[in-house]
Amino acid sequence: MSTETLTKRQWALPRIGIRVPDTLARIVKYVLYRGVALFVTVIIGVYLTVLIANMGGYLDTIRIAQIQEAIGADLMNDQAIRQLPPSEIRRIMDERIAIEVKRLRLDQPFFLRSINYLTDALTLNLGRAEYLASNSGSRQVRLVLAERIPATLVLSATANLALFFTAIFAALFLSRRYGSLLDRLVIAMAPTSSVPAWFYGIFLILIFASLLHVLPFGGMVGTPVPESMPAYAASLLKHMLLPVAALVLHSIFIGIYNWRTFFLIYSSEDYVEMAKAKGLTSRAIERRYILRPTLPPIVTSFAFTLIYLWQGAIILETVFAWPGLGRLLYQAISIFDVPVIVGNVVLIAYLLVTSVFLLDIVYALLDPRVKVGGEKRS
Amino acid sequence: MKGLIGFFRELTRYRSAVLGILIIGGLIALALYTVVALPYHEAIRLWRGGEEIWGDYPRNALPQWVTIFTGDSLPRSIILDSRQEGSVYKESKEVSGEMRTADIIMPFEYTSTGFPSEINLFLAGKSTAKKPQATMFWQTPDGRQIPLGDTTVGTVERFAISIDQRLIRRLNGLSPEVGLFADPATGSSGAKPVPLQGRYQLVIEGLTFEEDSTLEARLVVYGQVYGLAGTDHRRRDITVALLWGTPIALAFGFLAAVGSTLTTFTIAAIGSWFGGWLDALIQRITEINAVLPTLPILILIGTFYTRNIWVILGVVIALGIFSLGIKNYRSMFLQVREMPYIEAAHAYGASNLRIVFQYMMPKIAPVLIPSFVTLIPTFVFLEASLSVLGLGDPVLPTWGKVVNDAYTNGALYKGYYYWVLEPAFLLMLAGLGFAVVGFALDRIFNPRLREL
Repeated sequence: MSTETLTKRQWALPRIGIRVPDTLARIVKYVLYRGVALFVTVIIGVYLTVLIANMGGYLDTIRIAQIQEAIGADLMNDQAIRQLPPSEIRRIMDERIAIEVKRLRLDQPFFLRSINYLTDALTLNLGRAEYLASNSGSRQVRLVLAERIPATLVLSATANLALFFTAIFAALFLSRRYGSLLDRLVIAMAPTSSVPAWFYGIFLILIFASLLHVLPFGGMVGTPVPESMPAYAASLLKHMLLPVAALVLHSIFIGIYNWRTFFLIYSSEDYVEMAKAKGLTSRAIERRYILRPTLPPIVTSFAFTLIYLWQGAIILETVFAWPGLGRLLYQAISIFDVPVIVGNVVLIAYLLVTSVFLLDIVYALLDPRVKVGGEKRS
Repeated sequence: MKGLIGFFRELTRYRSAVLGILIIGGLIALALYTVVALPYHEAIRLWRGGEEIWGDYPRNALPQWVTIFTGDSLPRSIILDSRQEGSVYKESKEVSGEMRTADIIMPFEYTSTGFPSEINLFLAGKSTAKKPQATMFWQTPDGRQIPLGDTTVGTVERFAISIDQRLIRRLNGLSPEVGLFADPATGSSGAKPVPLQGRYQLVIEGLTFEEDSTLEARLVVYGQVYGLAGTDHRRRDITVALLWGTPIALAFGFLAAVGSTLTTFTIAAIGSWFGGWLDALIQRITEINAVLPTLPILILIGTFYTRNIWVILGVVIALGIFSLGIKNYRSMFLQVREMPYIEAAHAYGASNLRIVFQYMMPKIAPVLIPSFVTLIPTFVFLEASLSVLGLGDPVLPTWGKVVNDAYTNGALYKGYYYWVLEPAFLLMLAGLGFAVVGFALDRIFNPRLREL
């Protein structure tokens, strides 16, 4: 739809009546487009993962070993077969393995197989972990992974939300007091964010756990696990304090610095001067003329913070022995549990993309270019 | 040249940038010194060495300069060797026939108010058929004599005094490095034992049974401090890793930053000049690349293929080629593309590549510098992160690997803070040095930031 017809219709009809369905359609279209794009991204990412994991021949070896193990166990349980001479058992076993290998298409060319792996990985249908087990004792990769999601979610959601809102409000505050001592202090502190969160984590552990003995070294709850809800929450809070503090320390200053600069640039725009001239309160100017037009970029940058934090959490969780996905990945690496490694990477890709997708939806709701359908640049 | 001077003058207007430049300069100097003073192969030989290199070094010793703050309570190592003339007395007398005594007296002055960390006695005997025999005594400043037992001495005999169970029983359960030095007046009924200062002696009464047979001894009383940086759980001098970590960290950070920024920049220039499907393709790849889990992919490669730091570096650069910087540069290039001088170049028939490489890229190349400098610490820490996950290069000693060693050996739980703090300090120094300079550069090259 060209811009011209849109403007004509807007002139001709009462504004509200036409805009709502149009807006909705545009948002849906945009979200669908982003959804498809992100899905393609995931597929490519996972395919890369599969390729990397497969070129070492690991995935194949695991599968064939699994088949052999399963068939061997099957035969041993069969009374009739156990009576047979060993060479006969061997023959039957080989035969069945061959059938199974054919059934699972392990005899196919690599490209076809890699597509199979891709679908398996995408559905997290990775079979059994080699060594790691879930708390309930299951060896299903899917269950092993699922159990770790809440821990990661709790940690990164708390830290991210805390960071995001503190940074924005602190930045607004500073942009009003631009040039003050506090402002200069924050600018001076901004380079400290080049140091990753786990690094601050080590220092925090050193100070608060090792020297002062006031907070735990790591873990998610104390042992024994508290029975009652409030006690559990208190213990969780106590364990969460240091990792969250590490994440916040890591990105708070650069966050404030970036937003402050950003707000300052926007607050020197003409329409802000105009609003000032009209005599609006500074709060109203901030809300309507600074925050409102800057929301889409804010959301975008939030998405990238999130991407970064999902990955940074791998090491942070390891340092704090936080039983999340990151630590699981570390454990899986240290004992070479390939299905869990691959599953974990796939899951992290999913989580990444899901968060980006959710933010895309928010973006669609916020960005007037999506909502009203701005001119499309050629 | 004049521009360069002006640029530096501008940079020195930022006090933090001056500090950053000093830090970076210091690190580069340290790196150069390391490469010259401690050749690569030598460093690796040392770092991978075992008891044969590090046997005389104390385990988990603090750096020596700590004694400035703690006073005398942390002893240094004391090494006495009967093969070196000087402080050791040897005496040999004929007993009967070919049998001779071979007494060794090793006296030393102990002045510290703290206990040593370990005591080892290395005995070496030379014989063809009948091995020499040795009976050892420990003499304290107050005249007590504690028997340490006796042994026949092979070619190389290690007599680990610190874990000798019979001796521990004789010392009422105190471990020998404490019991042998403790003042007998202290330490009773649960009180903390205090070492007795003065002249100690290890007396070895030896007997040799052949004409050419000899007996030599070396006593190592391991201290609690060593060198500039202390030692780790394998007695290795951490200085080696800290020194070699510097050139490796700088090289890794620098190469990764150069590799990824230059390729990103070039691709953005090509994409925005040619436009069309090529540009669209680059845009899509960038978006996909943005959501690829970089660290997990690096972990996969480290796990499945190789931990070689240069391969990892290659992968880091490859993953960084289509980074989000492309979007940034592209928007700048799109403006440059419309400038009259480009049109002029086009008009006189300059080739596409000439326009891209000679006219478009130099125009905004200065913008690269700040982002390039701020990228360096990211990669320095990336190497450290991989090392902390146990995916560091198996051969090279790096800062990250020291942190990893410390972490896997529970340094924070056991109180070996120096072990974590030293590499952490260097990492932090490198990170902050580059970041501070990068920030200042950003303000110089982006005038819009300067006013703010």
